[in-house]
Order: sequence, then structure tokens, then C-alpha cells
Amino acid sequence: MTHALTALTMPKFGLAMTEGKLASWAFSPGDTVKEGDEVADIETSKITSGYESPASGILRKQVAQAGETLPVGALLGVVADADVSDADIEAFIASFKADTAEEGGEEAEAANTEPRLIKAGDHNLNVRDVGKGGSAPLLLIHGFGGDLSNWMLNQDVLARSHRVITFDLPGHGASSKDVGDGSVTALADAVSELLKALNISSAHVMGHSLGGGIALALLRDNPGVVASLTLVAPAGLGREVNAPALKDMVEADRTRDMQKALEALVHDKSLVGRKMADNVLKVRRLDGARDALRTIEASCFGNGQQSFDMRPVLDAARVPVTLFWGEEDEILPVTGAKNVPDSVTKHIMPKIGHMPQLEKTAELNRLVEAFLEKSHVTA
Amino acid sequence: MSKKSFRQAINEALRQEMRRDPTVVLMGEDVAGGQGGSSGVKDAWGGVLGVTKGLQTEFGESRVLDTPISEASYIGAAAGAAATGLRPVAELMFVDFVGCCLDQIMNQAAKFRYMFGGKARTPLVIRAMYGAGFNAAAQHSQALYPLFTHIPGLKVVVPSSPYEAKGLLIEAIRDDDPVIFLENKVMYDDEEEVPDEAYTIPFGEANLTREGNDVTIVAIGRMVGMANEAADRLAKQGISCTVLDPRTTSPLDEQTILECVEDTGRLVIVDESSPRCNMACDISALVAEQAFGALKAPIRRVVPPHTPVPFSTPLEKLYMPSAEKIEAAVKSIMMQKTPEVA
Repeated sequence: MTHALTALTMPKFGLAMTEGKLASWAFSPGDTVKEGDEVADIETSKITSGYESPASGILRKQVAQAGETLPVGALLGVVADADVSDADIEAFIASFKADTAEEGGEEAEAANTEPRLIKAGDHNLNVRDVGKGGSAPLLLIHGFGGDLSNWMLNQDVLARSHRVITFDLPGHGASSKDVGDGSVTALADAVSELLKALNISSAHVMGHSLGGGIALALLRDNPGVVASLTLVAPAGLGREVNAPALKDMVEADRTRDMQKALEALVHDKSLVGRKMADNVLKVRRLDGARDALRTIEASCFGNGQQSFDMRPVLDAARVPVTLFWGEEDEILPVTGAKNVPDSVTKHIMPKIGHMPQLEKTAELNRLVEAFLEKSHVTA
Repeated sequence: MSKKSFRQAINEALRQEMRRDPTVVLMGEDVAGGQGGSSGVKDAWGGVLGVTKGLQTEFGESRVLDTPISEASYIGAAAGAAATGLRPVAELMFVDFVGCCLDQIMNQAAKFRYMFGGKARTPLVIRAMYGAGFNAAAQHSQALYPLFTHIPGLKVVVPSSPYEAKGLLIEAIRDDDPVIFLENKVMYDDEEEVPDEAYTIPFGEANLTREGNDVTIVAIGRMVGMANEAADRLAKQGISCTVLDPRTTSPLDEQTILECVEDTGRLVIVDESSPRCNMACDISALVAEQAFGALKAPIRRVVPPHTPVPFSTPLEKLYMPSAEKIEAAVKSIMMQKTPEVA
């Protein structure tokens, strides 16, 4: 169903975003756009990302111009059918602006989606729990050196149809810094404790990088709780790892060094800005954060190699599994995606690095939604 | 993480470091305060503006020392205590009082490492309030960071927000050299998100609070907030500014300043200290020497006049830099015709 008139508004990428800059329009007024087309690039303090048109039609009006910084929810443009009159478009814009001027409740709503600390076994984990519905909640596990903001472009989109939970692993983000022996097993235990603390008996689990290895360890150690597995460039499927890059991501202590280190994560290096590096450094500089990462690094990636093998777990998996991997991954090479069981739905993404969830957001979100839908039917 | 004031951020930094390290001690006039008075409360004051409130209650009189009104004696004692193994945080109250104890700072603490052939450590922090805008008149309003910056052997920190204050103070306490930590007295009630955990911010790395293409604004301490306000207003008028907070005036992050000027080609420096021999002069000289070719317009300094800080409110306002003055300075150099501006 298409609406005759659709507002394009400043999207919210991640919880900290209150405003964004319209970096550029990808379409000109009069162009036909399809639902899902990236109509504009939005620049935030953390990242630049494409904004997808929520509807098909003709881009009738660009209300905001490239270079403008606007609050989340502000009107960027209008998509409408060809037969809608210019007067109707102008009336729509006027009424949209009047409506948003009246609304004041958005902040209260945003407060409910703030992360909070939850006691899970011996850990205090920083958890952001949003959305409702789905056959089971979806739990997202970030990778080594990351935090829940790695999912900032995915969580709220996937939360349209599911309860979606992101959290900071032990030693990461705002979670407590005790990581035990730093092994995937210890981290998978923490995830089990978190699910217990949240009273979740079964969850769809999506893990990125080391988080993928942790998701597989969770399936091995606690098979009953994993309803389906979505693996994004997961650890544990090969020996090779870019250990020097991981080391830089832990140890860099200056903005420009951290920025350089983070560039290894993506194929399009322009995605990594100074602010992104500053935000990572803020977390690294917390007491105990670097030591925790060093412990995990030594346990999981000692001697410059991945020290744990999750292939047997993947081969024996009886739950639906899908796998995403960027062809240009500089951290865990895409060769890890070779020889996985036929039952695994593979998506190898060209010109994408180690973080498809940031670099190919729209496609990944769509494919994950479809996968969860299908997993629900087969479950 | 929660919102904390500049005052709370500093109190939390002191408290967390005192819990972590038993060699950290506080000393100064009225850091507890009110002793011997009729209220019966031991730390009735907690510093003249309440920054150290509650610390003597938690850590006791042997670690939070109320000193006599004699800067020469307790700053000297703190320097000696640092040289012999403690990590004292001495509070000078108003930085204007430094005249009474400059020898202890300039000729003793700052020189120990050098004079003893690198064998002495002096992990001393001296906290003090600075700045005008508080109607505290000429003897309690100066911004004396250039004075300390001038002295080799001292590190000088001028934080610009609560987040910065906490991380920089913890870094200062853990540092093995004497650090002068200057708090703008007008900022104590400013609030922002500050992590509950301890964290550090390294010295000598500037922070960019805005990134832009047209003008680099270097601002120090409280001036950073004004520069941000000016930059946000200018952005709406199509002028994009980088705002650079050096965080520490010594060491100074020359590299980032030069890089930003290379990028933008224009420089405005905002400094609330007296204009002769202040940071604005120093940074101007740096850029004129090393990035002259990048400049598309003259360097502009937004600084007070060379007078004592006036007590009168309207005059004090006139004396101080402001967002409006920064905005005007930026516009004045954007008006200069250059070949690429058609």
C-alpha cells in the first residue's frame, strides 16, 4: 500500500542522535524513488549513513537542503504520486510543520529506550531493550572492542517487528570490567546469565565477529535458548585474524591513532570520523577497560591466531542459521565463510568490510527480518 | 552514566582516586572548613564553593588537611610531601593567591626532576579557581594559566566541561610531575553526562568540539562553551567552524592546532587571560611561524583589555570575551576577499 503523500524525515541512528546533517540528496526533485532506495546521506556525529525512502513515488519536494543540520524527525522532503497537486504538497508541508511544533512527547518516549545496568550473575551489564513482538526476542552480541552502539543502525529498525536487546559485553562499554579468563566460553556464560536475568528462555541470537563466536559457544553450551543464529563475520570459523589491527584498537590512545585503527573495520574508510574515534576512546579510558580487552585478546586471539574452533558447533547446528560476510573484511577474512553446511543461508557482500551492519545496513536489516520471519514459520 | 555538575565531577575524581590510592591526600584552606565553629559539623564548607564537601568525613583528618592561611607553608609542604612519596592535591583556592607561594611552585616543585638529574618525582597537583564573571573583583578573578604555562617543569590543565574535568583531574593525580589544575569558578554548576567509573584523559591532546571547514577557533577553559555557541550560530549563517580545546596549555598540542589551521586557513583564538603574553599570543606565534602559508586571513584574538578585572557588573561583562565577540571576530575574517571566495 502506498500513501499518496509521504514525509521524509530526519532518521534517528542510535540513541545518542538528536540531530543530523543532510549531507547530500541522492535524487533530484521529480525523480522516481522506490521504497528502500537510499534517497539521502545523513551525517551524524558518529557516522554517515544512507536514509531509505519509506515509500515509492516521486520525490516532489526537497524541504531541507544539503548541508543543513536538523533535529531528528524534522521534515527533509516529500514523496508523492504524480497526480498530487503542488498545492496539496505545500499544504502537507505546512500541516506537518504545525504538527511537529505541537508534539512534545518524543523525549519522554526516548527515555524508555535508554540503556540500563542489569545484574547478570557476577556481571553488571549495560542493556538496551526495545520493541515488542516476534516469535522470540532477538539478542544482538557485538564484537571485540565494540559496544551496543555497533547496532545503532539495526536495533531500532529490527525492533519494528521484534523485541530487540543489545548489551555491552563484560569488559566493554558501560558494563563491569571482570571478564574471567577472557574466553568465549566465559563470555557465553555471561550471555546465558543475562538471558536468565531477563527471564528469556529462548532467543534469536545475532552475533558480530567475536560476538558470532560467543553466539556459537552459547549454542554449544546452552542449546535450548538459541532459536536461530545470525552470524555476521563471526569468529571461530578459521584461524586467521588481523591481530595487529585488534591490538591497535585496544592500545591506541590518541584520536588520530584510534581513527586509523578503526579504519580497518570498514571498506569505505570515510565512514570513520574523528568523533567515532573519540567515542571509542571514551570507553577505552575507563579504568579496567583496556586490561579487560587484553585478557580477551590473549585468550581468543593469542599468538596472532584465533584460538577457538566453532566449526563443529556450526556443522552440528539444528537451528536455522544465516551468515553475512563482507568480501573485503580486513579483520576476519571472508574465507571463513567457505565450507559451511548447505543449510546455512549465506550472504557474501561485495565491497564491504568487517562491519556489514554499518556499511550495508538497509540490506542486512531486510535480510535479517526475512530470515527471522522464515525461522518463525519453520520453528 | 548520569548528569553531573563540574563541581560533582571534581569531587568524584578526588573521591575515587583517594579510595584507589591511599597516598592521595588533600590539603588547603577550608578544604574541610568550619572547624571550631558553633555548627558542630566537621566539614561545614568543603571548600569555599563546596567542591571538597564530604571528603574529610569519608577519609578523615589525616588525609584531608585543613591548613592555616599560609600558602607558602602548605604549598611548600605539599611539594615536599610529593617528593617524599605522597600524592598531594593542594588547593590554592583563588589562583590569584599564587603570589604568596610562587617560589615553592616555580623554583622548587617545578625544578626537582631537573635539578636532581631525573631521580626525583613530584606527583603534586595544585587545584585553583580562576576566571572573571563572578563579581569577585580584581584580586579574585584573574586567569593566570599563562603564568604557569611559562614555567618549564609544570603541566597546566584548564578543563572545559564536567566530563573533561573528571578525566583530566584523575590523569593529573596519577601523573608523576607537578600539575596545575585550574577550574573556572563560573562553571561549577554546568552539567553534562559523566561516567560513574574512573577514567583518564591524556595530557597534550586537543579535543575538537566542532568540526568545520572555514575557521579554526582555539578556545581555552570556559571559552570553549562560548566558542561552541558562536560556531553553532555561525553554522546557521553558512560559516562552518572547527572549535579546538587544547585541554592543557602545557604540554600544548601544537600538531592538532597546525593541522586544523592547514585545513581551514583561518584562525581565531579565544583566551580570557590578560592579553600581553597570554595563550592567544603564543598560539598566534606558533601558527605565524609554522603555518603562515595556509593562512587566508589575519589571525584574530578575542581577549580582554589589558586592565584589572572590573568589579562593576556591566564593566566586567564588557571586559570578558563572549559568543557575540567570537562571532564578530569570525565574520571579520570571513569578509576578507580571497581568490576562492567569488
